[in-house]
Order: sequence, then structure tokens, then C-alpha cells
Amino acid sequence: MGLSPRPEPKLIQTTSEEPWVTTRLDAFINWGRKNSLWPMPFGTACCAIEFMATAASKYDLARFGMERQAFSPRQADLLICAGRVPFKLAPVLRRIWQQMPQPKWCISMGACASSGGMFDNYAVVQGIDTIIPVDVYVPGCPPRPEGLLYGIMMLQKKVEKERMADRSLRDEMEPDPESQLFIAPSEIDEVSEPFGNSVQQTRSGL
Amino acid sequence: MSGNGSFKPVVAGSALVAGAPSPTTPRKVARTGTHPNPSADAARAQFGDVVTRVDVVWGETTVVVDQSSVHDVIQWLHDDEGQRYDYLSDVTAVEYRDLERPLEVVWHLRSLPFRRFLRVKVAIPRGATLAVPSVWDVYKSADWLERECYDMFGIEFTGHPDLRRILMWEQYKEGYPLRKDFPLRGRFSRSEQLRQALAANPEARYSKDELTIAQALEDLPADMRRRLTSGERTGE
Amino acid sequence: MATTKRTIDVELSTTGLDAQGRPRRVPLAVDEAGNTVAVAEPPTMEPDLEGEHMLINIGPQHPATHGVLRLVLELDGETVVRCIPHVGYLHCGFEKIGEYRQYNQIIPWTDREDYLNSPGNNVAFSLGAERLFGIEITERCKVLRVMACELSRIMSHLVWLGTTCIDIGAYTPFLWAFQQREKIYEMLEAWIGARLTTTLTRVGGMGADIPDNWIEQLTAFTKEFPRVVDEIDRVITRNGIWVGRTVGLGVMSAEEAVNYGLSGPMVRASGVAFDVRRDFPYLDYETYDFDVPVGTNGDVYDRFLVRMEELRQSTRILTQAIGRLPDGPVNVDDHRVILPPKSKATSDMESMIHHFKQVMEGPRPPIGECYVALESPKGEKGYYMVSDGTPKPVRWRIRPPSFVNLSAIPRMVEGHLLSDVIAINASIDIVMGEIDR
Repeated sequence: MGLSPRPEPKLIQTTSEEPWVTTRLDAFINWGRKNSLWPMPFGTACCAIEFMATAASKYDLARFGMERQAFSPRQADLLICAGRVPFKLAPVLRRIWQQMPQPKWCISMGACASSGGMFDNYAVVQGIDTIIPVDVYVPGCPPRPEGLLYGIMMLQKKVEKERMADRSLRDEMEPDPESQLFIAPSEIDEVSEPFGNSVQQTRSGL
Repeated sequence: MSGNGSFKPVVAGSALVAGAPSPTTPRKVARTGTHPNPSADAARAQFGDVVTRVDVVWGETTVVVDQSSVHDVIQWLHDDEGQRYDYLSDVTAVEYRDLERPLEVVWHLRSLPFRRFLRVKVAIPRGATLAVPSVWDVYKSADWLERECYDMFGIEFTGHPDLRRILMWEQYKEGYPLRKDFPLRGRFSRSEQLRQALAANPEARYSKDELTIAQALEDLPADMRRRLTSGERTGE
Repeated sequence: MATTKRTIDVELSTTGLDAQGRPRRVPLAVDEAGNTVAVAEPPTMEPDLEGEHMLINIGPQHPATHGVLRLVLELDGETVVRCIPHVGYLHCGFEKIGEYRQYNQIIPWTDREDYLNSPGNNVAFSLGAERLFGIEITERCKVLRVMACELSRIMSHLVWLGTTCIDIGAYTPFLWAFQQREKIYEMLEAWIGARLTTTLTRVGGMGADIPDNWIEQLTAFTKEFPRVVDEIDRVITRNGIWVGRTVGLGVMSAEEAVNYGLSGPMVRASGVAFDVRRDFPYLDYETYDFDVPVGTNGDVYDRFLVRMEELRQSTRILTQAIGRLPDGPVNVDDHRVILPPKSKATSDMESMIHHFKQVMEGPRPPIGECYVALESPKGEKGYYMVSDGTPKPVRWRIRPPSFVNLSAIPRMVEGHLLSDVIAINASIDIVMGEIDR
């Protein structure tokens, strides 16, 4: 009737080689994990207050199974880095991440944790993903509790898709100590003109 | 917490005469030409030429004194019965963009009994050693305030019991952040800054005092023990 | 088997002795005259004498340090012999950045340093900048700013209350306090669009005028809030555990409190009636009718009572402000600092030029400097700005009340037990963002 012919629906072949038992086990384990993520709030600044507001009555975190906040990294699943991380705090954050046992995930909450935020200066780490591996970035300054909850739900979807057969998921990512990232201070201005020592290349002023 | 009859709070403004007007919000403050704080004239009368300048800007009095005598001036302002500046609000420094201008160290003093505010400044010319006397013995609040000033500007406060960096870590190599020749994003590349920050073992950041308490000094590696006992400052 | 019942007496007066009956303060060194002096060099190590003391590190990541504070404690059993605090774990270079931003661009920064008192910090900075520019704000703006300051005082004290209750062991008041914060968040969001980091003011005025119906929301809040405070009061103020855990702790005498530079509820709890709103007023605070609560002993319990009373007094000031909010413009009519309305900026040539100059270059204050101090919930919050005639300040100094208050913690904590350290730390009401800037 004048309609163009609809294309044939393609059959999508799932090429999973895993047996049925493993997929059911995966689903069960991931269901348990994602619904009882025990967060460790590595709260430093304003985002920590919004995290506390998310944990309070109005935007209850308990419905996600997350009301039991682990302040010891040894008992935590999820590191929520809420707030800006200066260079002085960087080794502490790295040590805390190393102390968390696998399986562990990380949410970088707020602009400052994700990229340094408004603090493009000598003191602040320009994104904690330079120190620890991050799973979900939640933008905002500070993100609304709904934003954080959206980030947590995104992480839950990520956890849901994990498979036990994939061993690489639980590898501890350690940075390469032999990495050739050193630039001599005398060369910096030359190399990064006109943006100075900044990762934000779109600035027009200082 | 029920009041016992003998409790009397220390009230700000207690040294003012009974009929003095209660304080009001300043209105339409002129930039110059306002009446200076009486303490400025009193300091001039007491110390003479040591007080090099008195400015009044936006209603606030600034007394500029010689670098060598600032401790005496501040001590007198604290002790004298007619001044009684018992509260030190702030110790800080100002470096101007104009390279000819001296670096100024600023003390903000309050007299609670007289309800007065005074700013004392010392102008250190460029090229002179950045050292001023500490007022820790007069005001205990100067403890951390002076440490921060040292950390950010490199000004040495002679007589301070424990002058070390407070906001940056003690082995911070890039310099003194608030100086005007220190670039906003630091002197090293981002990767180098990160490397230096991460290379520090947070557990090793104890000062020698703290380690003697824990008797952990014997357990340290030999080179670290040697550095600590030789007086080199490590830890924050 | 017969059980023995013991009655534990809670002593409510401070005797100068700690829980073990020893003098509350352990001086670092005592000279011949018996005066406490600081040691000129660090003590030489004598392992035999110090063999019984333990070194404990609290933080920087710790639930009860209210941010990234690190306390190194020397313990003799459970008693703290020495406390060495380390700060700087949240140092983010605020003052340096302030030298690279125009005055209106600095206002979002003031939100982030004391993030519990964002509207108050905005007001403080704007007052300083207006003094530097020589601008008188409108009456409506003044009353709105008073409302903002008192709302932010309530917000900050609610966080303090919630977290202190958690530290000392009561979890429920935290939830009640944060529920009230949500109500304030809703009001702030309706006003300016943001919950926590508000950027409420601009130099010469406010970011936005209050929407319709906002006053009714605020009135409803001021009617309901005292009931919540009473409820929390009923639960903890006369509670035996609370009293037992807070009375007699961390005592600072009046002279010491002033000499250590303490301000705000810390110094008022020690018996010094110093409130910047009363003694060095701003925003016409002398025309508002409110009391300044003052404590007697200077211990943790008194600080708690002072802050609870300040919550009630803030509500009182809010009610008065609601009653006297005048109509009229919010922003001052000065084209040097206030952006023209958008409709004019896009149609009228002169407005377009003003808009361009303000956005690209920024308003230029005359050469000068000023120090403006406000009564923040933590104490005397000062902003010292030095201008050399350029749109960006030469120096922007934040005088942080929590920084100076925290420097007294070694003095307050020595001689107490380890669990008291947490209670004393909570009573100072620190915000690391402000301490480290």
C-alpha cells in the first residue's frame, strides 16, 4: 500500500560459547553483587555532602542495598570518589584502592574527581583516572542525587554484564613504573604552547 | 549549664565607656579620608619613626612598620591597656604584580574590648631576605597561620617553634605556590607532578618525633634512618 | 547468681582532671618557673622511656574526621599524650586561582571552599568586592542576603548536628537533620537553580530575585523548623549517654580561646560574647532582634548547646527578615558591575558595550584593599582582597575560621581518651575545604 518493503529481520547469532550453567551462575552472582554494592565513600569535598544527601531519607541509598557504607576499604566493593583530589591525597587514594579486595569498582563522582573540574592548577589531580581505574563517571558540580543514582544504576548494568569466564576483569591494573612520561620542566612550555601545563586545550584565557 | 550566679561572660566592647554607641553597619564608606583608628596615632606616639606610614583605605587603618621592630609593635599592641589587641585574625602576605613593589606581610588584629580592627604591615623590598619575627609568643593563633604563610610564600618566621609546610607536603619541590613567579599550574608537567606525588609512600610520612614514639625508627631502612637522625626534615 | 548493680555518677562540672584523675593537660615541656614552653628542638629519642606509648594514625580517610584530616596521636594506653594534626590533604589552590579570575568569576569558587556555607560565603565575598568597588547595595538585596546567610547557618549547623550525632553514636538525628536540609535545598533550587554550591550573589546584587511564592515556602519552613529542633533536643540534650560523653571534654578557657584565635561557637561556648554580627556588624544586623548564646564551661557540651540555640536564633532572624523584605530592585543600578538586561544588551548599543566590557574584561575596582569579616557558622570568616586597578585581584585571601579553630586541637585533646578525640573533633565543626583551600 505504498509502503516500502520492510527489510528482513536479521537473525543475530549469539556467539557465546559458555554453557547454560555458567550463564545462570553469572546472572545469579551478578544479581547478588549489583544489589549489595557496599560503597566506600572517599568523600573529600562538596560532593561528599551530596553523597550524604543521597544516603539520607529522601534519595535513599538503602533501596540499592548500599546503606551499609564501608569505611574500611577491606570491606568495600565500590569506591565512590566524591570530591576533588589534590596531589597530596593522591597516594592515599591509590593506597586505598590497592587495599580493596576484588571484585571492586569505582565511581568518580563529580567534575573534580572525573577531570579536575574547575581546579586546573598546581594542586589538584586532573582526574582520578590517572591514579585508579574508573568504571563510571558522574558529571556535575556537585551532581544531584538523581545523577549519582543514575551513575550507580549504570554501574549496576555494567556489573550485570560481567562474566566469570572473563578473567581480565579482575586483574589489578597497576601503572607501568617504566613509563616514559617524564617531560623536563624546561621543555614543557615549548611542548604545550599556548595552553600551558593544562589538559584543557579549549581555554582561551588563563 | 544552668547559670551559676557568678558567671560573667567576657563581652566584646567591655572596655568602651558606658555611653558609647553600639556598633552599626558602616554605610557609604569613602575610599580615603576616613578617620583613622586611634591606635595608629598611639603607635606613632609610642614608637616614632618605626611606624613608616599610616594608610586609611575604605575605612580600614593600616600601619606600616619596620621589619625589625614589628614584633615589639605587635607585642605593645597586645599588652598596652589602651590598645588591648587580644585577637589575631590573620597573618598573610601580599606580593604585587608590579615587580618594583615590595612584598608585604600583613597582620590583622582585633581588639575585642575596644571593638577595633587594625592592619599591621611590613614591606620587605625585593632582594631582601624574606624573614620576619614570629608573633607566636604573643598570639597562639599565629602557629598555623605563619606556617601557612611560609608554605605559600617562603617567608621565614624567626622564633616559630615548628616552621614547616602545612598545606603542601614537606618534600614539595616545585616552590612556593603563591609567589607571582610560580605559574598557576606548577612548574613540572602533569605527569611529573603525579609521579612525584605518588612516589611518596603515605605510611612513611611520619616526622622524627612521631617515629620515636612508635619505636619504629629501628625498622626503617638504613638510608632513611640516617636522613632522619641527621635532622633532615621528612614527613609533614 | 546475684547480679551486682552499679550506679554510675555523671559528673557535670569540670574539675580540671581527666577521666583517670590526672591533670587534663600534659605540657610538652615545663621550665623552672612552671610555665609551659615549646621545646626548641625535637626530643632526643630515648626508647626506654617512651616504650609504653603507642602511635596511632587517624585518617586522612576516616569516617569521623569530617573530611580529610590526619591526626597522629601518641597514646599512653587509651589516654592521648600528644596530638599532631596534619592538614593540607584538600589543598586546591583557591587563593592562587583567585588571582587569575575576575571578581564575579571568583564567586563560584567561594561556594566550594566552605561548601556547607555556600550562600554565606557568596555574601561575604560580594560584600568585600562591593566595599572595594565602593558600591552600596539596595535594601532589598540586604534583606535577601540576610536570609541567605541565616539559611546557610541553619544548613551548616544541621550537617554539624547530624555528623556529630553519628560520631557520638546517635544515627537518627542525622536523618532528621538532612530531611530539613532537603527543604532548604528545595528553596535554594527554586531561587538560584542549585542546591549546594549556589553562587547566589553577584558584585552589586544577587544572581536572581526570589521567585513568587518563595516567601510562603520560607514562612512555612520557619514555622516547622523549631519543632524539629525541639524534637532533636528532646532526644539528645538530656540523654545520659550524650551528656556523659560530652561534658567536661576539650575545655578552653576564655583567655585561651581568644589567644588561640577561636571564633564562632567555639569562642562563645568558652564564655566570650564575640559575634561578628553584633560587634562588627554588616547588612544591618544591628537592626535585627536576636540573642547571642554564650556558654559557661567551654566544653563540647556547651558548644553543642550554643549551636542548638543558634539554630533557634537564626529562625528568629529569618522571621523578622520575612516581615521586612522591601520591594524594589535587587541589583544596584551601576553599569560598571551589573550586566544589563538581555533584551537591552542585544538591542541598545550602549548596553551592548557595557555587557561586552563586563564579560570580556570585567569590572575594574579602584586601587585599594579591604578585609571583610562575616559570622559564618564556623566563626569569623574573612576575605581580604587587594586590588591594583585590574579586573583580577592581586591577592585574594580567605581567613578560614576552621583552620584557626583546628590549630587548637592539640591543646584540647591532650589528656583525654581516644574516643573523646572524636567527640572533640566533631565539636569544632571543621570543614576541610575551608581549612586547606
